[in-house]
Amino acid sequence: MPIEYYIFLCLTLFSIGVIGVLTRRNAIIVFMCIELMLNAVNMLLVAFSKMNYGAAQMMSPNTTAGIDAQIFVFFIMVVAAAEVSIGLAIIVMIYRNTHSIDINFLNRLKN
Amino acid sequence: MKTLVAFIILWPLAGFLFNGLGRNYWSKKVIAYKATGYIVASFIASIFVFLHVQDHGAVMVHYFDFIHTDSLTIPFDFKVDALSSLFLLVITGVGSLIHLYSTAYMQEESAPHYARYFAYLNLFIFSMLLLVLGDNYIIMFMGWEGVGLCSYLLIGYWFSNGNYNYAAKKAFIMNRIGDLGFLLAIFWLIAKLDTVSYSEVLTAESLAKLSSADITGITLLLFVGAMGKSAQIPLFTWLPDAMAGPTPVSALIHAATMVTAGIYMITRSNILFSHSEITQNIVAIIGISTALLAATIAIKQNDIKKVLAYSTVSQLGYMFLGLGVGAYSGAVFHVITHAFFKALLFLGAGSVIHAMHHEQDIRKMGGLKSKLPITHITFLIGCIAIAGVPPFSGFFSKDEILAAAFEKNKIYWVLGLIGSAMTAFYMFRLYATTFLGKFRGSNEQEAHLHESPLAMTLPLIVLAILSAVGGAIGIPHIMGGHHWLTGQLSSIVSTPHETSLAVSTEWILMGVSVAIAATSLLIALSRYSKQTDEEPSSALGKFFYNKWYIDELYQKAIIEPLNHFALFLKEFIEKKVIDGAVNGTGKLVQFSARKVRLIQNGQAGYYILFMVLGIITLFLIWFNDISILRLIYSLTQS
Repeated sequence: MPIEYYIFLCLTLFSIGVIGVLTRRNAIIVFMCIELMLNAVNMLLVAFSKMNYGAAQMMSPNTTAGIDAQIFVFFIMVVAAAEVSIGLAIIVMIYRNTHSIDINFLNRLKN
Repeated sequence: MKTLVAFIILWPLAGFLFNGLGRNYWSKKVIAYKATGYIVASFIASIFVFLHVQDHGAVMVHYFDFIHTDSLTIPFDFKVDALSSLFLLVITGVGSLIHLYSTAYMQEESAPHYARYFAYLNLFIFSMLLLVLGDNYIIMFMGWEGVGLCSYLLIGYWFSNGNYNYAAKKAFIMNRIGDLGFLLAIFWLIAKLDTVSYSEVLTAESLAKLSSADITGITLLLFVGAMGKSAQIPLFTWLPDAMAGPTPVSALIHAATMVTAGIYMITRSNILFSHSEITQNIVAIIGISTALLAATIAIKQNDIKKVLAYSTVSQLGYMFLGLGVGAYSGAVFHVITHAFFKALLFLGAGSVIHAMHHEQDIRKMGGLKSKLPITHITFLIGCIAIAGVPPFSGFFSKDEILAAAFEKNKIYWVLGLIGSAMTAFYMFRLYATTFLGKFRGSNEQEAHLHESPLAMTLPLIVLAILSAVGGAIGIPHIMGGHHWLTGQLSSIVSTPHETSLAVSTEWILMGVSVAIAATSLLIALSRYSKQTDEEPSSALGKFFYNKWYIDELYQKAIIEPLNHFALFLKEFIEKKVIDGAVNGTGKLVQFSARKVRLIQNGQAGYYILFMVLGIITLFLIWFNDISILRLIYSLTQS
């Protein structure tokens, strides 16, 4: 599959994530959209590394080019998982305190 | 010799420090003895130095380097040659007499003020000596500024009087205008020659380095300096106002010494001036115009000191005429004789004012002849001397200038003659109104009329003798003299003025000028011995009485526009433009802050929106729009 397909897919997913973050008010949905953006970028990284690997393999069959990026993706997923656990914990705590997870309700930073 | 020259100048400085710092401690007697003693000591040292110069020629003394850089060295050198030793004698000699006179004249002042007066006077002598002793233009300029400062301080000596302060400021500011010219001339010299020492500037090699435009520029700027200090058109109006100071100050500073600094400076730089025809003509024209203008004003004044002040301006004009026509030694001659008789006249006027209890209006005097016999006789000698009656000193010096003017241009001579007729007229008008006729003051004043004490009459007598015989230093050849002064100055004046007039012509010139002076003298005597001038009724009389309206003209043409301009700067530039810009910056920040603050509404969605917009903007800046378009294009193509 040409790399462009991956790019378009990732752009679409990322844009959905951005628009979701901007428009939705439910904190969990916003959170999901953030994850969506993160994973869109992850997928792009994998796609480029695979492309890079494929190109390098034609030159020398035993190449390891692009492997590091695929390993890197696992690190990102680990960090994202940690982040999700903390984020959800925060949301749960907010809900306990305010009985709402509407982010527009959380405007205490104003003034 | 080095020590002796240093003492000449350090004694007055010591007097200044002594009286200035200890003015609250000493009694008046101590102050008077100290102040006068220092100047007399300086005078005695000057005599020794003068005699030394007579025997051994010019003396150069080096003390230290005042300014030392790679390209320019200004040494602190003194040079005592024929010219400066003559000035030394005049300054310290007349200075001593005036100090002596002041001890009695200022007796009414309280001790601290008395000390302040003498401190200023000593500082003045110090500055004046610095001016004439220096071997370069920088030292001369230091003295030049010093005398200007002392002049300011002494005009405003009675500082509780607002008008006197105004007169002092006027003198200082007018002098500053001239000083600027002098300073620019010095800069010009430094730029072209890298030196300011007389011994290097005034040489043939230096002249070769200067183009004729340079010489004209430098000499004109020097002349601007002389204009301010020596009260020539257009910077002369400060001198009559300077009469606000105590009368001995007028005698010393504004008649005998400081105002002749300009003549000294030009005589010192005569080599430069002789090489610029344009400057010489300008000097002569300004000189003769000033002489005539001031003389016409003097005729109509009724304040005894104002008449003498305008007379001083007029005589200074003669000196500049002499400089302009190349008769440098004639000008110096007139400086010396003028120092004698004008100091005498001022001191005589001071004696009259003293006797009249500070009355200066000559219309309220009259008949003082019998009450003030010594003042009267000495004043008369002064009047005769300035009027140019032989064999008194003024005749010889004025005649020398007029003869030189006659050779250069007949018009100068005719104008000079008119001026000298007016001089005789206003001096004898002053004399007759003051001393002859009946007393016109109040009875109280008449009862108190008294001859001044010895401390005041002694200087009068000495100066009267000098005014009478002072001409002996410059008796012309045709009278069997050998003109000692010209011989003296031959080493200073590069092109000594050689008269080419026939002997008979010279006699005729003298005869004409004496006849004219004598005629106008007699007219004045017969007219004013019985009556005084009323308020002038004719248009011309009013014009002269009001000093040609020159003060008013300056007020309208220079001061008021300047004030308006200053007001404009204050009201518009300062308040609107500068304050506007400063306050505007603040207001802009406040305004924009008020608007931008609304963005911070506490809603996370907006923050994220702006973050996204920011990132997009950054991307657009980072990869400029074309490459983004190219990227999108390439993506759509595939």
